[in-house]
This record gives sequence, C-alpha cells and structure tokens, in this order.
Amino acid sequence: MILPERIKPALLPLAALLIFEIWMRLADVQSDSLAPPSAIALALAGALTDGSLLAATRDTLAAAFAGLALGGAIGLVLGIALGLSHVFDRLMEVTIEAIRPIPSVALLPIALIALGFGYRMEIAIVSFACVWPVLIMTRAAVGGIEPRLIEVARVLRLSQLDRVRKIVIPAALPRIFLAFRLAAGIALIVAVTVEIAINPLGLGAGIMTAQQALRPDLMLAYLVWIGVTGFALNAALMAAQKTLFGRAAAIGDQA
Amino acid sequence: MRWSVLGWRLASFAVAAGIIALWQLAANQRLISPVFLPGPDRAWASLMRGFTSGDLLTKLMGTLTHMAYGWLLASIAGVALGAMIGSSKAMRIYVAPTLELLRPLPVSAIIPVAIAALGLSQGMALFVIAFGSLWPMLLGTVHGFAAVEPRLYEVARVLHMSRLAVIFKIALPSAAPDILAGMRLSLTVALILAVVCEMLAGLDGLGQWVLLSARSFRSADLFAGVMLLGVIGYVTALAMGAAESRLLRWQAARR
Repeated sequence: MILPERIKPALLPLAALLIFEIWMRLADVQSDSLAPPSAIALALAGALTDGSLLAATRDTLAAAFAGLALGGAIGLVLGIALGLSHVFDRLMEVTIEAIRPIPSVALLPIALIALGFGYRMEIAIVSFACVWPVLIMTRAAVGGIEPRLIEVARVLRLSQLDRVRKIVIPAALPRIFLAFRLAAGIALIVAVTVEIAINPLGLGAGIMTAQQALRPDLMLAYLVWIGVTGFALNAALMAAQKTLFGRAAAIGDQA
Repeated sequence: MRWSVLGWRLASFAVAAGIIALWQLAANQRLISPVFLPGPDRAWASLMRGFTSGDLLTKLMGTLTHMAYGWLLASIAGVALGAMIGSSKAMRIYVAPTLELLRPLPVSAIIPVAIAALGLSQGMALFVIAFGSLWPMLLGTVHGFAAVEPRLYEVARVLHMSRLAVIFKIALPSAAPDILAGMRLSLTVALILAVVCEMLAGLDGLGQWVLLSARSFRSADLFAGVMLLGVIGYVTALAMGAAESRLLRWQAARR
C-alpha cells in the first residue's frame, strides 16, 4: 500500500485516538483518570463556548508574558553589560553561578509568603526563570559581535549608550530574539507549573479543579488545550523569527 | 596566565561575599521583615541545625531519590525508545512527527492526570518525573540517530553488521553528544518536577520541607531548603558536565 507522504505523520495519532475510543466504549471503562476522545472533545467544546477555558488561557498567558517581559528585560540588560565588560563578567561569575541553579519552583514558597496568591507571585517566579536563558544567550551574542564593529563605534566616538543602541543591539538581535523565543516556552511551562502546584489561577488551576471534581473528560480537555497553547505559542514565535530575521536567525540557532 | 585566572576567581568570590554581606546588613537593619527575609547567619544556622538533627538530611535524600529513580528510568526508556525510532526510517516517518507535536506540551500538565490515575503517592511522583525527563532524551536520541554520518551506515552494510551491532557500535557513539545534552536538560526537569510533586503529594523531600516552612513562617528553614535545592542543581549539573566531557573525550580529540 502506498500512502501519500503528507498523511503518514498523521496516521499514528489518528489510529491511537480511534483505538482508545473503541476500547473505552467496548470495555465500558469507568475511570477517574481516563475518558474517551469523543467525550474529551465535547468537554473541550463546552469549556470553549462557556468562556471558562479562554478566561483561564488569558490569565495564564498574561502572567507568563508579564514574567517574560520583566525577567527578559533584566536578563537583557545584565547580558549586554556582562557581554560588553570583561571585568564585570568575571567579577559576577561566582554570584551568577550560585543563583542560577536554584530551581524556579523552589522560590514558590518564598514568593507565596512575600506576595500572597495571585498574579504577582506567579510573575515573580516566571521572571526568575526567564532571566537566565536571556542573560546567557545575550552575553554570548554580545561577546561574539564582530570586533571591527566595536572599533567602528570607537572611531565614530559614539557614547556608551549610542554604542549599545546603534551597534550592539542590532548586531546581536537575531540571537537575542532566539533567546526570547526559548524563554517564552519556559515562561509558559513555569506559569502552568506554578498554577498546578499552588496558585489558584489560569489553566493549571483549571486542570487541577477538573481533576478534583472527578471530571476526567474536562481534565483531559484542559491537557489537550494546554498542549495546543504551547504548540501555538512555539509555532507563532518560530514564524516570527523566520520572517523577521530569516537566515540570520538560522545561523544563531546553530550556535 | 594561570595566576590571573585564579585572581579573577578570587575577586569574583569577593563580590559574592560582598553581596552576602549586604544581605546580612539588610536583614540586620530589618529593611525587609525577617518573616520574609532571614539573614544569611540565620539561614546558615538553620541549615546546620537541620543537618545535625538529621531532618534536613532525610528530606535531601528523599528529593535525591525521587530525582534519581525517575531520571534513571527515563534515561533507559528514552535511549531505548529513541534508538528504536531513530534507527528505522519507517518509524522516523510515522512516529517522530507525533513526538514533535507533543514536545511543546508543558510536562507539568501531566501531574493532575497522574494524580487521578495513581493518587498522591510515590508512584505518581516517579511517573511524573520519568515522563517529564523522558522527552529531552528521547528527542535527543532520535535526532542524534538521524544525524549520523550516512557513510558510516554504508560501511556497516558492507561489513554485514546486524542491526543491533549497528546501533551499539555506530549509532549510539555518534549520537552520544545529543543524548548527553538531552540527559543534562532532563536533570533540571527532574529536579523541578520532584519539588513540585513533593509539594503536592506531601512526599518526604525538600519540596515539602520548603512549603511547610513557608506555611508556618519559618523563613530561616525555608531559605536553608532553597539553598540546598540550589546546591543539588549545581552539583548535578557539574557531575553531568564532567561525565559528558569524559565520555566525549574521543570525539573532542577527533575534531
């Protein structure tokens, strides 16, 4: 049997869904953790039409992007400073190496007692997680700028601020965007994780509530939706990277 | 040259010490309420007390055990599955796209499903940690197998090597950098998921320790736990890096 190339990748997921559906129906499985795909699809449609899913998505994405903006900005500024000044880079080495390995969720209890439940603590944790990839990649990008460009800046007697604005940022931009793309993925993961662990907000709280309400169809619908959100975010950022930077970004990807 | 490296390192430690001194000063002046921010002296005392009484040590061992079991399980399954998928062209066409589709799913979203299926138990934590750590290794192995120099496969065909021999003698060694990079990424994932699972399920571990400390406003214990989690992150990354450079020495020499 010869199949068109485009169908082949879709075959496995479709077959799995079908077998799952038939098995659930035939065996008449009553479970708190599983539901037939058709029921999941119904629950997904229901949650989408009553708006609860979209509201939860908005909450999660708002916290994730606010954290990304805050953490990314801190990472960007520090990364440029560390990339430009060799002295500063070496002096901060131990401090950064000591703070960076702390897993972001470990800060959850600290954020909880300092900021309470809600957006603020989630944003704080997401931004902590986003600082590091942006900082590391920006530092590498700025450090790897063609030295002649810096010489040109010196010849033109640009001020430090102009040097950063007119030479450093444009030259390092493709790789900085790549850093932000990776950080956006991390932001979503951390936001959902914080919500699942403790914060009564957004998609993570929604999936936990569905689980506690013994609604496996709704729970799995949330799971599918979280997957869709992650996939869409990734695809959108990939497309943006391609249109904005084209080949320059591809080079950054390999480095 | 050697001396200047040492000098910079010392200066860098001095900066870190300065920051700790500032932290101590801020805590002593009570700029921030000691409920949220204990001084480094109190956090250190709490760390020492935790170790001498053995409380913190059991929690530390708990977290390490969760991490290690989940990660090892995922390593074995990830590399075996990855080798199976990566070494067959048909599997790569049919299965790999599904894996890519699932990749951006925030893995922590599987936690509620695991709780519904397995309850708030050790088994749930093990499943979640293994599931989460599986992806980077699985995708790394598949990618590494796909990127093997095609001429090596031709050599294998000429030598009439069996498929198993090809996997062990050619594909695994040349895919080793990708596999090890996946393993290092998984280690971070495993630590984060271990902490979250311990918080949610109340399992013996540092995640539960920091959360309970926060709930009863014992901030010194909380910071001691967070510092210890940072140490775990640092030491495991360091060990992985050492293992990586040792296992890949033959490749570095070839380049």
